[in-house]
Amino acid sequence: MENQKKAQQSYWNKNLKIISSLLAIWASVSYVAVILLGDVLSGVSFFGVTLSFWLAHQGAILVFVGIIIVYVLCMDLLDKDVSIKRTESTKGGV
Amino acid sequence: MSTEFLTLIVVAITFSLYIYIGWRAKAKDTKSFFVAGNDIPAIANGAAIAADWMSAASFISMAGLISFLGYDGTVYLMGWTGGYVLLTLLLAPYLRKFGRFTVPDFIGDRYYSNSARVIAVVATIIVSLTYVAGQMRGVGIVFSRYLQVDITTGIIIGMVIISFFSVVGGMKGITWTQVAQYSILMLAYLIPAVAISLKLTGIPIPQLALTFSDIAERLTGIQSELGFGEYIAPFQNLSKLNVFMVTMALMMGTAGLPHVIIRFYTVKTVRAARWSGVWAIIFIALLYTTAPTVGAFAKYNLIQSLNQQPIQQVREMDWVSKWETTGLLQIEDKNADGLLNISANEDTNELKIDHDIIVLSTPEVAGLRPIIIALVAAGGLAAALSTASGLLIAMSSAISHDLYYRIYKPDATEKERMLVARLVIFITVLIAGWFGINPPGFVGEVVAFAFGIAAASIFPALLMGIFDKRMNREGATAGMINGLVFTIAMILMMQSQQLFGTEKPMLDSFFGINAQGIGVVGMLINFATAFLASRGTPPPPKEIVQLVENIRMPSSD
Repeated sequence: MENQKKAQQSYWNKNLKIISSLLAIWASVSYVAVILLGDVLSGVSFFGVTLSFWLAHQGAILVFVGIIIVYVLCMDLLDKDVSIKRTESTKGGV
Repeated sequence: MSTEFLTLIVVAITFSLYIYIGWRAKAKDTKSFFVAGNDIPAIANGAAIAADWMSAASFISMAGLISFLGYDGTVYLMGWTGGYVLLTLLLAPYLRKFGRFTVPDFIGDRYYSNSARVIAVVATIIVSLTYVAGQMRGVGIVFSRYLQVDITTGIIIGMVIISFFSVVGGMKGITWTQVAQYSILMLAYLIPAVAISLKLTGIPIPQLALTFSDIAERLTGIQSELGFGEYIAPFQNLSKLNVFMVTMALMMGTAGLPHVIIRFYTVKTVRAARWSGVWAIIFIALLYTTAPTVGAFAKYNLIQSLNQQPIQQVREMDWVSKWETTGLLQIEDKNADGLLNISANEDTNELKIDHDIIVLSTPEVAGLRPIIIALVAAGGLAAALSTASGLLIAMSSAISHDLYYRIYKPDATEKERMLVARLVIFITVLIAGWFGINPPGFVGEVVAFAFGIAAASIFPALLMGIFDKRMNREGATAGMINGLVFTIAMILMMQSQQLFGTEKPMLDSFFGINAQGIGVVGMLINFATAFLASRGTPPPPKEIVQLVENIRMPSSD
């Protein structure tokens, strides 16, 4: 039981770490880059438009898609890890 | 064959499809009626979420809105997509593990309180009702624009179709019809976008065309010449503070909208709930990256081809005369020089256009065949019906499942629950239809307020329920009440002109924040109140703490 509790806590902590890193990226591209630094980044050109405009109209959305994909792949790996550990612990007769 | 007749045929075909799907997806028990039997594959669920998300307003008005706002259109582009990151990372997997039927289900159980459950029901109904009023109106408008059918008749036809597949099929019928509706609306949106992109820039992929060709630059140029401000420059139309606040209200509100949240209950596993989030954002991003391109191209084309042209010639253009008769486009030769002058100056401007015309006119402007116009009409209807049906199941389940079954009669049989569920959803269709026929004057803006209210009441309660084990009944309840009351009061005061007919709004803004962004303040008040109240009252009982620990773990596959 103790091991299970520890495993659950460790899973949750890893989950939190993944979520917070991804949310940091989410906030940076939207609130920081497009909004707070919108005028600053207007000075940077990006192909036919400015960097901030491209982020505002397309780039941020693409980053959101990337974030969610990364999240789901990380969690799939984490879940697999947990279920491997679970089978191992039952094999060990806990 | 006239365009109208062609449109009628295409629309009729899509409607028969929805009815067929509703019939095949007949709901046999409460699990299929409320959560589609937990049987929906992740990719289908993602498509259904996307269709549910994209209303007639997004389909018809968004490109137009963005064409007017330029850079600042990002409030809608980021605001209506960024929330899915919050939903997928912070809510979806845990609610699926919780595994019941509705949002008040979770709030009532997690906070071991029927008062909390009722507050959640009230918030759900307020949010969904304000949202759905506009949807039925959207159905009527599409009918009147494309089929020359009067708006009321159009709404009634829409009501009949929705009644069928939602009463018979419940959530299962609604979900699979939404999948069909997504395919239709996406096709209908992409074809004109690709066509106009090809025509103006030679690049068939609109997103690439906007970034890599010089069209944005040209648009900025001609637009600023006429006094409209620079298209690609930030904060020309909204202050930085408001862009920040409104974007945040929309994102947090997204994560608090009951009709979106319940969509994550319908899949098989926690993992599938996460994958639905992936598919949903991909399908949504497809439309939301296309809309700004349509906005930019259509605006560029409009100004370029009409400005300083002889008015006589302009009026002879096919699509101009058609839209002039509908009143969406108005020409007035103010200085009597025979030329059409477009300018940002209200006094000298001779061309007035309604936002909606941007999407509606693009197929004709791009020279596409009438079948595409028919498809666009079917797409607009698909968008309206899919959102309406999603809202209706959210609203009716709060009444038939949460109020009737969980509070009033917990010993109701499956049969009784099914009967009540079907009856209630039918009644909500009638109510929504009535609002569509007699819309409150401010329907368009009201949707934005629904987001603010959701952000201030539901989102914090859900977030804290999952991530804060110490959050208890007293905290959550106090938080929801404060958030709800503050936000609604602020909105009523700032909109008193439109709502109560006062001469000036009772309140101009809250420290510079407008009614669309005030939900963020309400949300902060909710969090703060909840935190303080919970720490000063007893912690939640052990079973509840165990419930939280349970939902944090993935299902043991």
